[in-house]
Amino acid sequence: MSDPDYIQTLCASIQQANATQQALQIQGGGSKSFYGNEISANTLDVSNNIGIIAYEPSELFITARNGTLLAEIEATLDANNQVLPFEPPHFSPNATLGGAVASGLSGPRRPFSSSLRDCMLGVHIVNGKGEYLEFGGQVMKNVAGYDASRLMCGAFGTLGVLTQISLKVAPKPQAEITLALSINQSEALNKMNAWTQTQLPISATYFNNDVLHVRIAGLEKSVEKICNQIGGEKISSSEKFWASVKNHQSDFFQAEKSLWRIIAPNNTPPLSINGETCIEWNGGLRWIKSTEDAQHIRNQCQAFKGYVSLFKADSKPNDCLAEINPDLKKLHLNIKSAFDPNRILNPGRMYSWC
Amino acid sequence: MPNRSEIPALFSSCLAKNNILTSTETLRPYECDGYTAYKSLPLAVLLPESTQQVIDIIKICQKENIPIVTRGAGTGLSGGAHPISNGILLNLSKLNQILEINHQLQYAHVGPGVRNLAISEAASEFGLYYAPDPSSQIACTIGGNIAENSGGVHCLKYGLTIHNLLEVTFVTIDGELITIGSGCYENPGYDLLALLTGSEGMLAVMVEAKVKLLPKPLHKEVILAAFNHVEEAGSAVANIIASGVIPAGLEMMDNAVINATENFCHAGYPTDAAAILLCELDGYDDSLQWEIDQVSKQCKQSNAVTVQKAQNADEQELFWKGRKSAFPAIGQLSPDYLCMDGTIPRKHLAHVLGEISNYSKQIGLAVANVFHAGDGNLHPLIMYDANNSGELEKAEEIGGKILELCVSVGGTITGEHGVGIEKLNQMCVQFKREELNQFERIKEAFDPTHLLNPGKVIPTLQRCAEFGAMHVHRGEMPFKDLPRF
Repeated sequence: MSDPDYIQTLCASIQQANATQQALQIQGGGSKSFYGNEISANTLDVSNNIGIIAYEPSELFITARNGTLLAEIEATLDANNQVLPFEPPHFSPNATLGGAVASGLSGPRRPFSSSLRDCMLGVHIVNGKGEYLEFGGQVMKNVAGYDASRLMCGAFGTLGVLTQISLKVAPKPQAEITLALSINQSEALNKMNAWTQTQLPISATYFNNDVLHVRIAGLEKSVEKICNQIGGEKISSSEKFWASVKNHQSDFFQAEKSLWRIIAPNNTPPLSINGETCIEWNGGLRWIKSTEDAQHIRNQCQAFKGYVSLFKADSKPNDCLAEINPDLKKLHLNIKSAFDPNRILNPGRMYSWC
Repeated sequence: MPNRSEIPALFSSCLAKNNILTSTETLRPYECDGYTAYKSLPLAVLLPESTQQVIDIIKICQKENIPIVTRGAGTGLSGGAHPISNGILLNLSKLNQILEINHQLQYAHVGPGVRNLAISEAASEFGLYYAPDPSSQIACTIGGNIAENSGGVHCLKYGLTIHNLLEVTFVTIDGELITIGSGCYENPGYDLLALLTGSEGMLAVMVEAKVKLLPKPLHKEVILAAFNHVEEAGSAVANIIASGVIPAGLEMMDNAVINATENFCHAGYPTDAAAILLCELDGYDDSLQWEIDQVSKQCKQSNAVTVQKAQNADEQELFWKGRKSAFPAIGQLSPDYLCMDGTIPRKHLAHVLGEISNYSKQIGLAVANVFHAGDGNLHPLIMYDANNSGELEKAEEIGGKILELCVSVGGTITGEHGVGIEKLNQMCVQFKREELNQFERIKEAFDPTHLLNPGKVIPTLQRCAEFGAMHVHRGEMPFKDLPRF
């Protein structure tokens, strides 16, 4: 559990903010502050609530305070041959566990293993009323009450300040090898879609610049066999390569143009948007650097039932995250009010109206 | 609020006469779900055949202030679909169409009344299946599975319903039709799909779902290991998982269950073992062999008396047959039993089983234990005879104590069966007042007038206060002849 004094102070700060009607902007490591809407509010620094509270490899969970660095968590797991199965991105060394949960982002392994929300076991939060609440726990199966823990994933801190998080962990693959295949975008999409029909132990895919990278995971000897089935050239630094994709350190992501993040069904054909593209998640995640009109980009994605967010840009308009179905607006507002009736926590950070 | 005789006229605009049940003999089959300890008749049972009819029914109920209890096959074990006397029972079993099997994008689009197993049967021709497999999968419906976030024996590797659900279309209490989720790997906005899954019919009425289909495993093996001590079986489970193996299924049975099932179906279990482990592994050739070696090694290192690998598909089925017969086998030993559903961190297994055995001796009712060992989900089966006055109450008392024990070791009161009416008291143990209030506000975000499944899942604060008092007075519950809702 977090230090009772810390929790008491945090609850008091939020209660005080309610009394003075002063909104708060929750700040962890600040590594993803560019993602979502910018808001103007007093900063509530939560980065000093740190430390791993419980980790038991044989129980397959880890519990840590919100401000714990992702790097520390991953190093601790790695020492026991385990990983966070959703492979969260770190956009800087400051990336924290709380920020990973609040942003809801999963990395390259997502379609082949789990998403962040799939791994969520339990949270402690302080809600917008300044009440300290515990939901879920450290066990894999738990259906007591509504699933408030998963509701925190990707909620951008608008429902509560996360203070403690428990996540499911998984064994680290014994070996991972990455192959590079030279093919164009249509061929790459066809190949990735065909792979989904097989049981090949693929753990990541990435297409850019007419090269498809595919990572194979498993026992050393079986990985070698599968490499022969897939073909292509083995790359020398698999781990480094995927870290650069996940953490946006590769050349593609060093853009001056606007960077769009598109979530779409795997079998969506190449999109008619001018700009450079890269594709992850077997076609389910596409990044496009483009100066095209925002509405044109949104229309293109909607035609294929996809969602588009303006991930990064020099100047961002409000509401740059993927839009929700308008039918859901009322429920979103009701949920926001249920946790934060006076709109104290990160108001507008996810959507200007919520 | 209308009385029973007014119901047919009230719903005649949207339902055919034969889909409105109001006579006592037609209502009787609906007097309870799989939680049979308490029974009551609903005001009426309504059987819509289309989404539009569901919308019309809900609009009428909202206008007339009639509570709605939604039900699928009624196999739930916690009373989530238990009828209430002043409300209608909305039976969705006729919304049982499989709308699409998309083998390319690997999903099934189904109505809520489609049976769990029917999805895998329909997907089978494409080499696909639906992974969550609650023991009632022959009969239970996907609507009920979503309402309860059902699990099964393959959860550790393949997840619960929530991990295999892509999209849900539901009707709100205002009669609005809304879709959440998609076939994509991520969805914008709050994770309402997670909130709705396991919400036990309290937030909305589900009318369609898209669920994930997986390729059928290429190869599968089943290992049976017997132990002289429960602690050793527990340590084998921990060591298997720590070694990096995630089994497709990992089940434990105690001596009472081993003997009951052996008498019932002769699966060949060693009847003198204190516990047996049943471990199913699936996957790719080389990795599968490595996993078999690991599991065998870990079991032997934890002092397993025997470790056997099923030699063929028939023997695999036989090994599983005992486990799958556990509930009917106990049913043959005892006229009635309560099936509990706590989850615990696995390291506390020996302590928890020891305490359960103490409770059993103290109160004089036998308890047998089956355990989804991989994910820590314990099903103590408390045997009693409802015809013996006071035995149900004793069984409930042990059941309550077991669930409270699960909470005290860091676990939960329900792993997969839900709260329903059965575990309302234990919700007071697991959650504090502010958390229950937060649940209440989530409920009101969807259903401000409390017409959807009222009285389930979230106990009133008054009830918790009374339950607290009950504990002080050692089981002397006030108004003990009233059903406990």
